[in-house]
Amino acid sequence: MSATGIGAAVRRKEDHRFITGKGHYTDDINRPGQAYAYFIRSPHAHATIKSIDTKAASRLSGVAAIFTGADLTAAKISGHICGWTVTGSDGKPMKAAPGPALAHDKVRYVGDEVAVVIADTYAQAKDAAEKVVVEYALLPAVIDPKAAAKPDAPQIHDIAPNNTVYNWQLGDKAATDAAFAAAAHVTKVDIVNNRVVPAAIEPRAAIGEYDSGSDSFTLYTTSQNPHLARLVLSAFAGVAPENKLRVIAPDIGGGFGSKIFIYAEETVCIWAAKKVGRPVKWTAERSESFLVDAHGRDHITHAELALDASGKITGMRVHTIANLGAYPSAFWSCVPTYLYALLLSGQYNIPQIYCAVDAVYTNTAPVDAVRGAGRPEATFVVERLIELAARATGRDPVAFRRANFITSFPHQTPVIVCYDAGDYGASLDKALALADYKGFAKRKRDAARNGKLRGIGFSTYIEACGLAPSAAVGSLGAAIGLWESAEVRVNPTGSVEVLAGSHSHGQGHETTFAQVVADRLGIPIESVSIVHGDTDKVQFGMGTYGSRSGAVGISALVKALDKVEAKAKKVAAHLLEAAEADIEFKDGKFSVAGTDKSVPWGGVALNAYIAHKFNGQELEPGLKEGAFWDPTNFTFPAGCHICEVEVDPETGNTEIVAWTAVDDFGVVINPMIVEGQVHGGVAHGIGQALCESAIYNKDGQFLTGSLMDYCMPRADNLPVMKIGMTVTKCPSNPLGIKGCGEAGAIASPAAVINAITDAIGTEAIAMPATPSAVWVALQKSDRSLPHAA
Amino acid sequence: MAAVSLKVNGKSVTADVDPRTLLVQLLRENLRLTGTHVGCDTSQCGACVVLVNGKAVKSCTVLALQLEGADVLSIEGLAPADGPLHPMQEAFRENHGLQCGYCTPGMILTAVDMVRRKGHNLDDKTIREELEGNICRCTGYHNIVKAIAAGARAMQAGGAAKAAE
Repeated sequence: MSATGIGAAVRRKEDHRFITGKGHYTDDINRPGQAYAYFIRSPHAHATIKSIDTKAASRLSGVAAIFTGADLTAAKISGHICGWTVTGSDGKPMKAAPGPALAHDKVRYVGDEVAVVIADTYAQAKDAAEKVVVEYALLPAVIDPKAAAKPDAPQIHDIAPNNTVYNWQLGDKAATDAAFAAAAHVTKVDIVNNRVVPAAIEPRAAIGEYDSGSDSFTLYTTSQNPHLARLVLSAFAGVAPENKLRVIAPDIGGGFGSKIFIYAEETVCIWAAKKVGRPVKWTAERSESFLVDAHGRDHITHAELALDASGKITGMRVHTIANLGAYPSAFWSCVPTYLYALLLSGQYNIPQIYCAVDAVYTNTAPVDAVRGAGRPEATFVVERLIELAARATGRDPVAFRRANFITSFPHQTPVIVCYDAGDYGASLDKALALADYKGFAKRKRDAARNGKLRGIGFSTYIEACGLAPSAAVGSLGAAIGLWESAEVRVNPTGSVEVLAGSHSHGQGHETTFAQVVADRLGIPIESVSIVHGDTDKVQFGMGTYGSRSGAVGISALVKALDKVEAKAKKVAAHLLEAAEADIEFKDGKFSVAGTDKSVPWGGVALNAYIAHKFNGQELEPGLKEGAFWDPTNFTFPAGCHICEVEVDPETGNTEIVAWTAVDDFGVVINPMIVEGQVHGGVAHGIGQALCESAIYNKDGQFLTGSLMDYCMPRADNLPVMKIGMTVTKCPSNPLGIKGCGEAGAIASPAAVINAITDAIGTEAIAMPATPSAVWVALQKSDRSLPHAA
Repeated sequence: MAAVSLKVNGKSVTADVDPRTLLVQLLRENLRLTGTHVGCDTSQCGACVVLVNGKAVKSCTVLALQLEGADVLSIEGLAPADGPLHPMQEAFRENHGLQCGYCTPGMILTAVDMVRRKGHNLDDKTIREELEGNICRCTGYHNIVKAIAAGARAMQAGGAAKAAE
């Protein structure tokens, strides 16, 4: 392993601009003559729009234009597009309600975009917005997903009776019920997976620009997937033909899923730019982000686990009500189905699994992928069932898990996925050692002497990521393929540009992708540039989410490098006057096998472009190759997280005193970056478990609409983390990469809740387990409190 | 509109601003210093932290007109244009204390101020408590805390500490 190759903890190339304040985030960009957009949003959860009076507002100084849903409808500009058609148990496609980019006749959640004011300055746009009079006729709103499905609930979309998007199921119900009928023990649990907001620290922003001379559009947008944005905006929203639209996603300040989707704001900015003849810039205020950036999670689940007399799991059945919010969103429908139910086997050998999911509309913000997207919800169900089953049957939680682990691969689960490779016992053993599990009993006694309650919780998780094999997801309803692309351009002077369809929003691709190239070609990492985020430069890519850029994006890069190496060898053969089959490439040098004749990389690169030494008709000049990599399977990162907490019974406060994570991500390009992903993912899940909660009142007013009301974890809520890794190479891609971006968020909530319930002696506690929730639970528990020895 | 004169990163600046203009808007829009970021609208996130007369201030919570005669340091002024990086900046890179980079300018300047107030030997508990006003969604704070401890020690050893004074 070289200092800059695969496996090295190379310090990041992109850091220089970020630590000196020279990043280019979307709001940093300003276009000549730009106007500013401010969106008028519904203050009501459910209402018809009776009228919009813009006369007074239009007359204010600086106002260029005011547009409403009527304008967007007349222009046939659509919004709320979902790219995955889930088929219900009735064999019919889901009820995805169409609609324009701005609400036209009805508003369906607080924050729903009703109109946009475009003015010379942002302050003028906001001032004018206050003068726009929107008259609403209020309708009853439905917030609770159980109530939404009832026949007497207010109807949110005409096409969806009982506000039902779909009723979906997976698994063999009869066989699963039979397993339960024969079970020696059944564990039952009711879980609410609490709604969260993504809260990337950079608010969303967009600048739409139109050039009348060339009849072409440019959109700067905070997007995790600029090519998908371009495709949706052209083919589905109807803003511009694809070949007339350039989408640029510059530096992005965090995404976590929220910047995958194509929202009203960027759609309107690009459309309005042509209408007003000036660039139109919009930047979200944080309170807008809270209202409209797609929320996450929000499941109500009843789950059961069947055991035989020896403690082997014989079946699992799960019923989930998924709250999908008011409108369709890009991945919306697959998050509580194909990204959820497919993971219900966990790390365990479970012969029968049945899962039913009822997805409903409510008058709340749309719910879509947030870090983990469906897999945190699945892991929480599985690991809570496992923990409760172990406790209820008097079994040690570690031994119980181990006895049920899958140990032979490939392993076909009853929920579609076939796990290719893994060693769950290895990560469990390493985590137990790192966490000093043996010493826990003593630490617990010591804590009790100090009046504190210590608990320990496990989460042995698995996930499916490296999204995804295109035909497979197509057969499940995806409208798009989930391959990835990379083009390697070798310059005549030997430096390299990689044009990547992946797009980094914090994951360090400018470093990790460059490491792969430097490692392969034997060139300095400084001579490798990674280009991403511009549809004029990169032909097409599916973007970054679902822990896919390593497994899928880097695999495309490797395939492109294979092609570059093959062509370079042909050029080298001419230069060295040898047969192509005798050319070897190692450490940046091409040599003739068995001789000391060689030519360095730089010489081959230059000669490929000078093209003097070979017949340009037999061998094309140049050295540039691209590849599209379509995975043959999901990848299956897995591991063991152990959370140790100390609860103060006086205050209910939970301190996480230790966190151990041992993950199997297959091959890792940069361990420093991978550990950083684990830190961030774990923190995200701890936030959900301890303090985050997105709450609407019964009228659909969003109560947790700012950082004052929504509790984000701070540095002093989070522990120092011990990170370890085990490796079973992924068999389905060239380097053996599984991916790591979401794992921490997937594993952690279950570990936290298992630890707290262990500490306070209750069977369950709802997320977020805030101090007041824990304190109340303690009062109700019959556990005697510790006292000083 | 009203006028305000102040120093920003060592340069004298005069601007004519709408009285509602926040310091962060003056920096980002009038002066095109976009290294200071806006992450929220309620003063929690800390992405906007700058140093005003040597002390950390959330630039989203002070009006430009309040800063007549003040000496403001933003992230762009922490290290000289063609000189070495400030030890705290180096520490963030060396310790992978950033991922998307959006909270980073505020974190770095908060850290510089933390050293001024709490000294060069900062322990884990102190750093975490002192970061109450800075939110990061990417890193879980783990490496930010490591970076700040390392940067604080490096600042004692010399380096470009003068730039922050």
